[in-house]
This record gives sequence, C-alpha cells and structure tokens, in this order.
Amino acid sequence: MIPTLLAVDSSAWQIFVQHCVTGLANGMLFALIALGYTMVYGIVELVNFAHGDLVMLGSFFALFCISTLGFGALGSSTAGTVLLLVILIAVTATAAALVNWLNDRIVYRPLRKAPRLAPLVSAIGISFVFMNIGSAISGARPASFGQNDLVSNVNLLGDYGIYITMKDVMVIGITIPIMIALTLFVKHAKLGKAMRATAQDPVASQLMGIPSDRVIGATFAIGGALAGAASVMFGVYINQISFTMGYTNGLYAFTAAVVGGIGKLPGAVIGGILIGLIRSMVSGYFEERWATAIIFAVLVLILVFRPAGLLGDRRREKV
Amino acid sequence: MRFPYWRHLAILLLLIYPFSGLESVAIGALATPIGSQLDKLFFYAILALGLNVCVGYSGLLHLGIAAFFGIGAYIAAILTTPSHPFQMEYFTAVALATVGAAVLGVALGAPTLRLRGDYLALVTLGFGEVVKAYFINLDNITRGAEGLTPIPSPDYLNVPLNWLSEALGQGPASFHLHYYLNLTFLVLAVVVLRNLENSRLGRAWVALREDELALTCMGVSATRVKLSAFAIGCGLAGLAGALYAFSIGSVSPTPFDFNLSAITLCCVILGGLGSIDGVLLGTGLLYGFDRIVSPLVDSAMPEWIKQYFTIGNWRLMIFGLALILMMRFRPEGIIPSKRVQRELHEFDAKGGAA
Repeated sequence: MIPTLLAVDSSAWQIFVQHCVTGLANGMLFALIALGYTMVYGIVELVNFAHGDLVMLGSFFALFCISTLGFGALGSSTAGTVLLLVILIAVTATAAALVNWLNDRIVYRPLRKAPRLAPLVSAIGISFVFMNIGSAISGARPASFGQNDLVSNVNLLGDYGIYITMKDVMVIGITIPIMIALTLFVKHAKLGKAMRATAQDPVASQLMGIPSDRVIGATFAIGGALAGAASVMFGVYINQISFTMGYTNGLYAFTAAVVGGIGKLPGAVIGGILIGLIRSMVSGYFEERWATAIIFAVLVLILVFRPAGLLGDRRREKV
Repeated sequence: MRFPYWRHLAILLLLIYPFSGLESVAIGALATPIGSQLDKLFFYAILALGLNVCVGYSGLLHLGIAAFFGIGAYIAAILTTPSHPFQMEYFTAVALATVGAAVLGVALGAPTLRLRGDYLALVTLGFGEVVKAYFINLDNITRGAEGLTPIPSPDYLNVPLNWLSEALGQGPASFHLHYYLNLTFLVLAVVVLRNLENSRLGRAWVALREDELALTCMGVSATRVKLSAFAIGCGLAGLAGALYAFSIGSVSPTPFDFNLSAITLCCVILGGLGSIDGVLLGTGLLYGFDRIVSPLVDSAMPEWIKQYFTIGNWRLMIFGLALILMMRFRPEGIIPSKRVQRELHEFDAKGGAA
C-alpha cells in the first residue's frame, strides 16, 4: 500500500528517515480521521463505527467529482491543481459533514437516552449501509483515483537517497493547518466552548442555556468535515480506493484515538502519527502483513498499562 | 413451565426431518436443498448463543466472536487433518477446540476486561483482526490463504443412521451425520445455558449487566464474573467453530472476519438480547433469509429488475437498516427476555426518548 521507492544504495539512516516520512504522512491522515472519532466520543461517548466508512464514501464522492463532474480538467497546471484540491476538499468536506450530521439527526439523536449498546449497534448498522453503498458504486474491484497522479509523485529532493514527494508535502501541509484551526476553534470560538461544556457535563451545560442537541449535531458535522478532507487526501495520496478501505482505516484511526486518549484532540494527533510510524516501520523493517497484528498488540499493551491512553486523565469512571 | 412442550415438538420434528424425504426437494431454482442448510444453521445458532452469553447476559460488547469461531475451527482442523501429526478423534478434537477457545477467551479477557465497555469492543475487534492475520500468515501451521483440508468426518457414527434409514426404506441425504451431531450439540448447549441462566453464575452475569458497582458491593468479584462469561461465550464459539470445520470439511481464513461477528451480533439483537429462544429464532430468521429466501427471491425476479437490484448485492444494506430500525423501535428483539425489555424501556417511563 505504501509505495517503497527507495534508491538501491540508500544508507541505513536514509532508509530510516524514509520510513519516518512515509509514516508521518500516513499518520497525519489517520490523525485527521481519528479527530472525528475522538470529538464525537468526547461529547456523546459513542464509538461512531460508521466514521471510517464515511471516509470511504468521501473518497468515492471526490472521485465522482473528478471524473464525472469534470473537476479533473482543472488539474493541468500547478495553480489549477491547488485550486482543484481546495475545491475538492471543500466540496467533499461539506458533503461528508452533511451526511454525518444527518446520521446524528436521524439515527443517534432519538437514542440519546437509550442504553449505550443501542447507538453503538446502530453505528454498526450505518457502517453496513455505507459499505453497501460503496460496493454498489465501485463493484468489487478497487477504483483508481484518476488516471494520472493528481499531485506529482516525483522526488522533490532530486537524486538523493530519500524520497519526499509533493504528495507528502500536500498531506502534511494541509493537515497541520486544519489541526491548528480546529484547536483554536475548540478553545476560543463560542461553539467550541459550548462543545467543551457539553462534553464535560451535558445537563449542567443545558441548564446554562446551551442547546446540547445542536452542539452535538455541530460536532458530528465538524467530525464529518474532517473525514471528508481526509478522504480527498487519502484518494490523492494512495491513488487507489475500495469499499473495504473504510473498515481498515477506521479501525486504525479509532485505535489512534484510543492510544492517544480518547476525547483529547492532541491525543488523536499523537496517536495517529504513532500508528502511522509503527505501520511504516513494521512494513519497512519486518513484513507488512504483520502490521495490523503489531498495531493491535501495541493497542492492547497501552490499554493495559495506561487504560486512559497516552494523554488521557487517570480519572475514575463516574458512578 | 420450564421446558414447554413445543420445544420437545421442535426437537422431535428436527429429529425425523432427514427421514421425511423433504430435504431433497429443491424449491424453485435453488441449487442446494433447504435441508442441507440446516446443519449449518445449528452451529451458527451455537455461535450466536455464545455471543449471547457475552453481550446478552453480561452486557460485554464482544465484536470479535468470529475469531473464536475461527480458533475452534482451526484447532479442530489441525488436530484431525491427515497432513498434521495429531490425527485425533472427532470428540476429542471438538472438546479440545472448545477448551482452547475458552482458554484464549480468558487470555484475552484477563488484561482487557477492566476496560470500559467501548474499549472492550475495540480490543475484541482488534483481536479479531490479529487472529485473522495469524490464520493467513502462519503458513506452516495453517497453510495460509489456502487453508486446511480435508477434515475427516467420524464415519463410524454413520452405522446406526444407515441401519435406520434402511429399516425405514427412506434414505437420508448425505448431510445427515453432521446434521445429527450438530443438532445434539445445539440441544446440549441450550440445556446447559438454560440451567446456567438461573444459576448463581447466570444471575451474577445479569447483575453485571445491570449494575457492576452494585454487584461488587454485594461481594461478588466482577472480574471473575466477566472472565467466566468470556470463557463460556468464547468456548461455545469454539465449539461452533469445530462443528463448522467438520461439517464443511475444510477451513480457510476468509470466513472468520468482522462480517461474521457483526452478522452474529445481528442474530442476537434481532432475536432478543439475553433470551435463548430469541437468539435461536434470530439465527433462523437471519440465516434463513440470507441462505434461502434471498436466493429464492433473486432467482424469481425478472431480468430487468435484477440488473439494478438483487437482494444478494444489497444484503449488507438490509442488515444495516434492520439493526438501525431494531435499535430505534424494538431494541429488546423479537422474543425479548422480560428483564432486558424492562431495562431497555426504563428510559421511556421517565419520559425521556421520543
């Protein structure tokens, strides 16, 4: 999955740096998806199993925009490619936000006071529905994201032992501003404060006049928008999308959120990067087929020794 | 009544069914007769009953039950297949598969059961992936993606069946041996679970689901209760897996994925969490729909509809919508356990949910 395009005569440290770069770019994408999980979990304590499949649907939507709606024609020049990416991300993020908001409105909101199993099972149900829509769109085979690479795959460092492409730069250059914006938003904006208040104590915040259902809806929308942005970059970066990718990537991203400490935004980012790094290191130095097993072994170890995750508080469960 | 007459009736009907000659009647364009699906239904029912112990009775959301099903199947296969050195006997292999899956269940549960519910769901889900990776990657033991085959059937058990069918002049189809074995194990599992339900342990499971804190305050060790639920649930899944391996005659990694776990969860929820009758009915309905109704309807549909829509292609959508609608309108399932029903509707009484 991860292109390994190493020069033959790379030295040990060059190989190491290479794996770091690939891991970082992948990890940033996981982090972006993990943010959606962690925000929703933080506010309604629900593992939104459908989130990964939302990313998958987002990728197909972006592909649809490029090929059928003809957005791809923009990508002929450098400025055009940048414009295309911006438009794609904006459109897909809006669509994904809308879908996620609708999810909450139609499926989760009526179950707000039900036992926790109910929304969780519904989330699995939504994930099934999304997966089926994805397979109906794509058929069994993975779809290619545009005939040519939308963003160039040429090594920026020229003939040097390390391979850094415009794609890596794109992923890191887009995710970091999004994450900073999100952090500032949650910290300072009125809605962000409302979200934190609702997460902390839904009843008290409602008594203070915060419309908790609307705030939760907004959280779902923001999480969905992040998933939409991630899905566009995923398609451009990996260049191949299939209807099963939602499950795997969702699982990685959720693991990232838990490893970092679920409910914590920086935790999700750190967890995502960590998972990305572990994955690329295992694929690079060991065998890629064991990557999933090792990531989950790490997950179990972290949960055993630090059940609240790396950044989580060691707070006892409320009674 | 503890064991109403209609259950005896159901068992009796299932016992004479292979001799009725009905099993060879193929309906419509169905390639395989319905009867040959029944023996598979039995081990899926055992699997669902195992999951019911974890999710239904004890409220531990276990999303990796397929892994234990696979572990049971692989243990049974490895212990009996001619290419491996053990070549054990049917019943020993089934027993060891059950015990093996139960032990692994405890091994997974011991470090993770102190986690909160959602984390447990994730860890079991991840464990399912890890186990699948092992099935695929441990080439020299599991033969990788190719799988293990053949898994010999205990043919000596055929003798009384053959004698009986000769005496009746009515030859049962080839599925009859595993049909009876699987049915026997299913009945055994139901009897054991019914007794467990009302035992000290069964009541502890329910208490765990309802209020863990209260359970610990009563001096019951929550960890032990959880571990026992995991052991018995995973053990039943392992038993089901072993029966699967013998009935199918081969194992390969593909069937033991998240889809199986999720569909088993659908069976439990559709039928009724924590209710044995419910789970049996749920399994029957879901697999009946999947294996019998949907191919039947699909084959009967006119071509021009088939181009756009076949149930086979939209089964995940149908299952997904079923789960969502069940959770919204009847979370306690079709045949609910009274207790679960009250729990789940507690919030209605308070005027909460709309």
